[in-house]
Amino acid sequence: MSEPSSTDTSLDTPPSEEGLLESLEHMDAAERAEHDAAVSASVAPDREISVAKGETLLAVDGLTVRFGGLTALDDVSFDVRRGEILGLIGPNGAGKTTCFNIMTGVYRPTSGDIRLEGVSLARMKRYKIIQTGVARTFQNIRLFGAMTALENVVVGADARHRTSVPGALLRLPRHRREEREAVEKAMALLEFVGIADRAADKATALPYGYQRRLEIARALATQPKLLCLDEPAAGFSASEKDGLSELILKIRDDGYTVVIVEHDMRVVLGVTDRLVVLDFGRKIADGIPDEVRRDPAVVSAYLGGDLDEESDQ
Amino acid sequence: MAGVSHWWNSKSRPAQWGYMVPVVIFLLALPVLNPPIITTEPYTDFPIALFNAAVFALIAIGLNVVIGQAGLLDLGYVGFFAIGAYTAALLSSPDSELGVRYPWLVIVPIAMVVTMISGVILGTPTLRLRGDYLAIVTLGFGEIVRLLADNVDPLRGNRGFQNIARPGGDFPDGTPIFSQTDALGFYWLAVMIIVIVLLFMGNLERSRVGRAWIAVREDEDAAELSGVPTYRFKIWAFAIGAAVGGLSGTLFAAQVGYVNNQRFDITTSTLYLAAVVLGGQGNKVGVILGAFLVSYIPDRFQFEPTYRFLIFGVALIVLMIFRPQGLLGMRQHLLANGRQAYQKLFGAGTAVAPSGLTASSKARGDLSETVPDDHAGTSPRGGGE
Repeated sequence: MSEPSSTDTSLDTPPSEEGLLESLEHMDAAERAEHDAAVSASVAPDREISVAKGETLLAVDGLTVRFGGLTALDDVSFDVRRGEILGLIGPNGAGKTTCFNIMTGVYRPTSGDIRLEGVSLARMKRYKIIQTGVARTFQNIRLFGAMTALENVVVGADARHRTSVPGALLRLPRHRREEREAVEKAMALLEFVGIADRAADKATALPYGYQRRLEIARALATQPKLLCLDEPAAGFSASEKDGLSELILKIRDDGYTVVIVEHDMRVVLGVTDRLVVLDFGRKIADGIPDEVRRDPAVVSAYLGGDLDEESDQ
Repeated sequence: MAGVSHWWNSKSRPAQWGYMVPVVIFLLALPVLNPPIITTEPYTDFPIALFNAAVFALIAIGLNVVIGQAGLLDLGYVGFFAIGAYTAALLSSPDSELGVRYPWLVIVPIAMVVTMISGVILGTPTLRLRGDYLAIVTLGFGEIVRLLADNVDPLRGNRGFQNIARPGGDFPDGTPIFSQTDALGFYWLAVMIIVIVLLFMGNLERSRVGRAWIAVREDEDAAELSGVPTYRFKIWAFAIGAAVGGLSGTLFAAQVGYVNNQRFDITTSTLYLAAVVLGGQGNKVGVILGAFLVSYIPDRFQFEPTYRFLIFGVALIVLMIFRPQGLLGMRQHLLANGRQAYQKLFGAGTAVAPSGLTASSKARGDLSETVPDDHAGTSPRGGGE
């Protein structure tokens, strides 16, 4: 895949006495910019944003999901375009998370299809969907608590690895190479999301905001084409929300496509390029944020409340 | 305790193995030294007691893969031990209808493959189940193996198999190294097998495989949605655990030289589970300690036959009250290059433990909401402090 990167997280060079994190603190601006570029290159090695931006990446086509008598999604269709941040919004119970769960294989659609670059995900095994290129975070954080932050991210990177028991048992060359690359990449990712200073801490010992960011790093480690964020700002303070918005934009700018389910309108309107609005399992609007927020169907779905009003809460 | 584990974690893996050499030499010398107070004699032959403890430890290491690492509650593990022992018996005893007498070294790989396959056969339909359901099915598996041994004619029930093959070789004075009466050679063999198995287990733990197991234990759905082929790695956990169980079965059968249907009941499975829980699920050294205690205490108190199991039971209860997470807490190293990576981030001088005892994180304590504990049990079944 990517050749051994020249980033500072490379294990080929011996560790310095003070460590990478401390040395970052007294870098000058030029050195810092160089370092950040190296980290970005390691996080998104094969970005082709200028080539492919705008074409359809994920096609949701006539998606219907019924749980017994309850129709959670009713004939929903929309596209996710490469290089954009798509917001999936709607009142509680509108079907946003159900839609996410279909995209990542948690549920199977009753009818309709969902395709990533033309490949149907509807009947695919969950871990295959990750390998095909859809990664997600969870509304209620689900990290591997007994693992360190770094180990959590490496689990994500493992999704691209082929080593199995024989290779690991005998420490074959491919296993050793994959291990090294995975750790280097995970270190770069932790720095990218801004939590490298706690890399060695157990996930459960991390502050809440760090845990949210760690989930994003773990998802990015699977090298997704599409990153699905399920209410990433839940429980955040205003300043943490700003930091998160910045991170999401940075992820998009690094060539990833992002779908975000979020209730906080300030975050949604701040980062999304396009919105899809669901209400009672149906799509009621689809377009750029400025149009959607004036759409009468959307306004009435939010109980007459204006989207701007909600953002003040 | 924290200081010791901190010091230990700051050493590289080869250095840790280097420190283990004198420990292993001491363990090998233990039956020869036969130290007073520790010894189980005159009631139980000390080398035999130690050999039994070593076999128990090997079983616990195998069961730890399934329970401690992958978090799959297996209550029928004795079944694999039995399959290993019976494979050895069928392939070498003159009582066997197969009519072959293979040497022990040939039997070992065959028995491991047979048990591994039986692990896969058990796992394929059952590993779609979780938690309590899995425990019940595995319980049934253990019973099925025992009942087969009771009732299938070629397995000879209570009559059993005599003269099972043992490894060859003589001491310089002409007495055989491996004999039924003097367990010294068998004990040494068992310790060496444990060392080798531990080395391989360490390799697995510091790989995608070990991480997949821990991820399944911590949150199976999140693991699958992070790209872990959970089903495949659960089957691997069963297969590897089974193979180690089979290996210990052949070792046991060779030393005793005799196998019948008497030793493979549910109580034995429970004792295996007790060894793992007592020592500390997910800690290889811990489960060896646990296995040693579970095997050793009844032997040590043999002079008090009426009360020895009472003493044993009280010891277990006391331990579980004061160390609910086991003697040694859950601990794992999941990265082949972990130490290098943490040193890269935090500086060459820092001794970084996976528990997060870094100099940097202590210095940045203002960010910390929880003080990371050295042995914090975090899994749902891990038991916190």
